[in-house]
Amino acid sequence: MIKKFATLVLLVGLGAMFSSLLLGYVPDTELNFTARYYADNTVTDTGAANIVTAIIVTYRGLDTLGEVTVLFLTATIVSLILSQARRSDALPARKPLAAGELLETGSRLLIPLILLFGVYVFVGGHLTPGGGFQGGAIVASATLLMLLTNPLKRVSHRLISALESVSGLFYVVIGILGLVFAGGFLDNRILGLGTFGALFSAGAIPVIYTLIGLKVGAEFSSMMFNLSKSEDH
Amino acid sequence: MSNVMFAMSLLLAAAMIGSAYVAISGKSLSISILAAGAVSLFASVMFVILAAPDVAMTEAAIGSGLTTFLFFFVLGRVRGAKDD
Repeated sequence: MIKKFATLVLLVGLGAMFSSLLLGYVPDTELNFTARYYADNTVTDTGAANIVTAIIVTYRGLDTLGEVTVLFLTATIVSLILSQARRSDALPARKPLAAGELLETGSRLLIPLILLFGVYVFVGGHLTPGGGFQGGAIVASATLLMLLTNPLKRVSHRLISALESVSGLFYVVIGILGLVFAGGFLDNRILGLGTFGALFSAGAIPVIYTLIGLKVGAEFSSMMFNLSKSEDH
Repeated sequence: MSNVMFAMSLLLAAAMIGSAYVAISGKSLSISILAAGAVSLFASVMFVILAAPDVAMTEAAIGSGLTTFLFFFVLGRVRGAKDD
């Protein structure tokens, strides 16, 4: 009874807080200072058609490096915790239920398409909405579909970890190259800006976002494989 | 924002609240997981209406794709165990 009353009081309080926010809401008629700077200068500074990507990869590139590091740590910790429950490969695993004709055929048709779409999303991140994180997650969902069809399917762990560490390394190397050859850490102007709107334009942004996409995809996929490998007690 | 868009976002907000209620009302775990995925799906459409397609893609891929399947995966594991 007291618990319900407390919940009610909490809800009413939250409602009062948010309604005062809502009633005092006035839509902005013009961009604020920072947004105005980005809207005016992104194209001349970075040559990227997608302002969001330009902000994520160049203006706030260091934050993105931090984000990628957090994701890397998460994948590492998941793998560390699940390695306690690892099924030994020597023992024959309990055979899972067959996936069925529909799922098998459907996944064989869909997995290459999903992979291609993920690659498209992170390669074209500077032109269209999307980028490394979104593309990486789409690539990982192809992995997930593969594991749903056949839970015992394995991709070489060495391949995934090599992909992950090589792309992480090159990401930092490109950042340091920016420090040496251009205006600062992760500056994209180490490569030519190219024609606005072309695939190979906006300097190092497509390269960086491709690396981030590969890294994120590899990390999510390795989490899936670790989960799938884990044994229930 | 035009009237059609406004009506659509109201509808989406109502659908999100409805799905969230279904998710916590706890009829069955599978339905809860699906409803939680639906909340993310409606949210990603909402982000498109609010002119944030980048966020919408992340929400659709991670929120309603990977998370939903991860929950189903764990649910399968929990059901496979001998004791709850």
